[in-house]
Amino acid sequence: MRGPDVSTSAALASAISAQFSARARWSPLEMVFWLGAFSTIWLLPEQHLILTEIVIWALLALSLDLILGYAGIISLGHAAFFGVGAYTAGLLAKHALVGEPVLALLVSGLAGGAFGFATSFLVLRGTDLTRLMVTLGVALLVREIANRAAWLTGGADGLQGIDMQPVLGLFRFDLYGHTAYIYSLTVLFVLFLLARRVVGSPFGLSLLAIKGNPLRASAVGIGQTWRLVGIYTLAAAYAGIAGGLLTQTTAFTSLESLSFDRSADALLVLIIGGTGHLYGGLIGAVVFRFAQDWISTATPQYWQFWIGLFLVLIVLVGRDRIGGWFAPLRRLADRISGWRPWRPGPAAAPDEGGRP
Amino acid sequence: MVTILFDGIAYGMLLFVLAAGLSVTLGLMNFVNLAHGAFAMAGGYAALVVVNRLGVPFALGLVCAFLFSAALGALLERTLYVHVYAKSHLDQVLFTIGLVFMSVAIVDYTMGSSQQFIAIPPSLQGQVTVFGLGMSKYRLMIIVICGILTLLLQLGLTRTRFGSRLRAAVDDQRVARGLGINVGAVFAFTFALGSGLAGLGGALGAEILGLDPIFPLKYMIYFLIVVTVGGTSSITGPFLASLLLGIGDVAGKYYVPQFGAFVIYTIMIVVLIWRPQGLFVRKGAR
Amino acid sequence: MTSTTTTPALETRALEKRFGGIVASNQVSIAIARGARHALIGPNGAGKTTLVNMLTGVLKPSGGQILLDGRDITILDPHERVRLGIARTFQINQLFADLTPVETLGLAISERLGTGTHFWRVPGTRPEVVDEIAALLERFRLTDVMHERTAVLPYGKQRLLEIALAFACRPRVLLLDEPAAGVPDAERHEILAAVAGLPTDVTVLLIEHDMDIVFTFADRISVLVNGQLFVEGTPDEVARDPRVKAVYLGESLDA
Repeated sequence: MRGPDVSTSAALASAISAQFSARARWSPLEMVFWLGAFSTIWLLPEQHLILTEIVIWALLALSLDLILGYAGIISLGHAAFFGVGAYTAGLLAKHALVGEPVLALLVSGLAGGAFGFATSFLVLRGTDLTRLMVTLGVALLVREIANRAAWLTGGADGLQGIDMQPVLGLFRFDLYGHTAYIYSLTVLFVLFLLARRVVGSPFGLSLLAIKGNPLRASAVGIGQTWRLVGIYTLAAAYAGIAGGLLTQTTAFTSLESLSFDRSADALLVLIIGGTGHLYGGLIGAVVFRFAQDWISTATPQYWQFWIGLFLVLIVLVGRDRIGGWFAPLRRLADRISGWRPWRPGPAAAPDEGGRP
Repeated sequence: MVTILFDGIAYGMLLFVLAAGLSVTLGLMNFVNLAHGAFAMAGGYAALVVVNRLGVPFALGLVCAFLFSAALGALLERTLYVHVYAKSHLDQVLFTIGLVFMSVAIVDYTMGSSQQFIAIPPSLQGQVTVFGLGMSKYRLMIIVICGILTLLLQLGLTRTRFGSRLRAAVDDQRVARGLGINVGAVFAFTFALGSGLAGLGGALGAEILGLDPIFPLKYMIYFLIVVTVGGTSSITGPFLASLLLGIGDVAGKYYVPQFGAFVIYTIMIVVLIWRPQGLFVRKGAR
Repeated sequence: MTSTTTTPALETRALEKRFGGIVASNQVSIAIARGARHALIGPNGAGKTTLVNMLTGVLKPSGGQILLDGRDITILDPHERVRLGIARTFQINQLFADLTPVETLGLAISERLGTGTHFWRVPGTRPEVVDEIAALLERFRLTDVMHERTAVLPYGKQRLLEIALAFACRPRVLLLDEPAAGVPDAERHEILAAVAGLPTDVTVLLIEHDMDIVFTFADRISVLVNGQLFVEGTPDEVARDPRVKAVYLGESLDA
């Protein structure tokens, strides 16, 4: 599609429109990806429990991608929103405030989003370093609150006695996780569609501009504050829904949902698949969860060591030119997302966060 | 009241010795080293091994802690960190979190997961009365040692040739290179020194902060607060920030025990709203 | 409306900027008439870029005032000033490396039309935006590279995109910070043609080292030396001024 006829102004206008709509169009690979995902409902029925976990990781990583990949904000405390959503869903179900899971999930998302909105103003300011401190500090603070408020949250024992009602009043959660998986995957798909639309909009484009060159962005009239608040709030709502899903599908939540490990693992999941694609987190979640499964069978303890080693290696080798089995995956993510088909050659990984 | 102030100062000075290296690393290379606490933990365990198992005197154990962490710091700096300086902050964060996780798992595997204490000689236990006030001997020792170290650091930075080179490099690396300063070597040495101090702090603080494998995670936020609140343009900023944090934390845990842990987060948020660039940052500095 | 015709498009009153002990701008008062082609010249380190950065809000002045059409904009943020009609180019390219020229221009146009925060629309579906992108691509000779990532464009095209992007903001006052800097001679005429072809109702402040460009383009010149306004006048007056010759033109016209 390179170099279309632009000799007349009508042809030029349609070439411009075509360039924009190419972003919005679904590529065949993208459709294959989702068909593949939904086919697991019938093809891998005995794997639904682990697949549900993967979906939840994918949603959390997708949420992180919205702020890291599209706004360049590094967060060490994304679990805060995940946990807020998890406990919201748990309390709603336990006290039968909102019995229907889909509605309760929406409320969890709202809770996560509201908390994200409130804390976004702290994250807007300052450098990467202050953002690290604030995100980490906020997550620790929430965890501490959940720990202290044992009368409400069950403290260190976790929130028990959650009895889930059927989804939409029709589909009961079963022991094999079939309902849970179909439910989670559908939620992921819907939220993915929403995110895809948002990052492809003028708003999404302006976020990329802010991330790419904040100085120039403001020089063409793009105000940063409310855009960053907006995407941070949306990402927090997504994380809240992911947390809500975890609670609803396991009928349990604990302080683990707020832990630093969860924040760090979410970062890892996203990095595996690559940032700024939307698909990165989804692919990363599959790799992460199966690697976790495999490693914990091989060496039951010290999973953390391998995660650490992996993080160190990923950086030393270089995220953008990581060898072996990651390059094809990353290219896949790139191709699936259909991100600018006219771009020459494989896309160079943009530099997230750090100053040039 | 005075006791709380005293404990808070001891705690704060300890934090300063622990975090001083990190603030220089940040100022010098703009490098976010979240694994700084791992060096402190390494020092703590080094002292634990030589004092508790080999029966080395406590003071010598502290020296061992310093040397062990400094050597570890120098080794890792030359072999691993040096490849990550030029990378983005995201890469630095991932890399150093990776190191933290590895250190946690390694220590857990070799030393066990429970909290341990370094045997303190009887001469340092109990209280001593100064000006009619009962004070913990151990905390008094911390204040004395950390105070001396702070003075030495300050003198070293302002009075020695190395100090002026370091300050030049922190101010402007390119200019420093142009003046013939070997910034890489300055940095390696500083990194080792900072790691050594952290190790010493880890050994000294085992009694107060505890020593277990999740030490680097537990205190990561404290170190981050010290450097963001204190800034990186001098050591005075981090020093004052450490004292503020130490006194705030101790006082909070004493006066409002149910909200004790929240005090430091409140400090953090208030400072951030009030002075987003840090409390003690020079005007015009970055 | 009689008073507005005499109000300068852009004015500074005793504008000052100090960095620590260094005075980068010292009591600079300049009035730029509506529709003017005003050039700002001066040796390296005279404080030209500092002045532009204060005019556009990148730097906060230590003292003094900035007025756009008589309105005080001294404390406004950069993006707010753009909305009021002041846009700039950068001496060193400040572009969006991963976006194409089409996306880059679309961004600025949407922003101006107030649709930049729409989060549910596919960009480029509005005919008026598409038509304006097309017009800008043609005016600034960017049609042949419209599908390329900005990062891979030839330097001369990037310079053109710099100007096109500022122009896409439909400014009433346009600040051009050395638009031809670093452009090879072969591509230079494209830039100069673009600058010369700017509509006459747009007020232009040109910061430039190259005296050929200044004297062909400007109808008024301000000379800045050591952060201070040294001389101001028509090109003829400035060219004849012995002090300017001594301080500035007398030196080699390098840099």
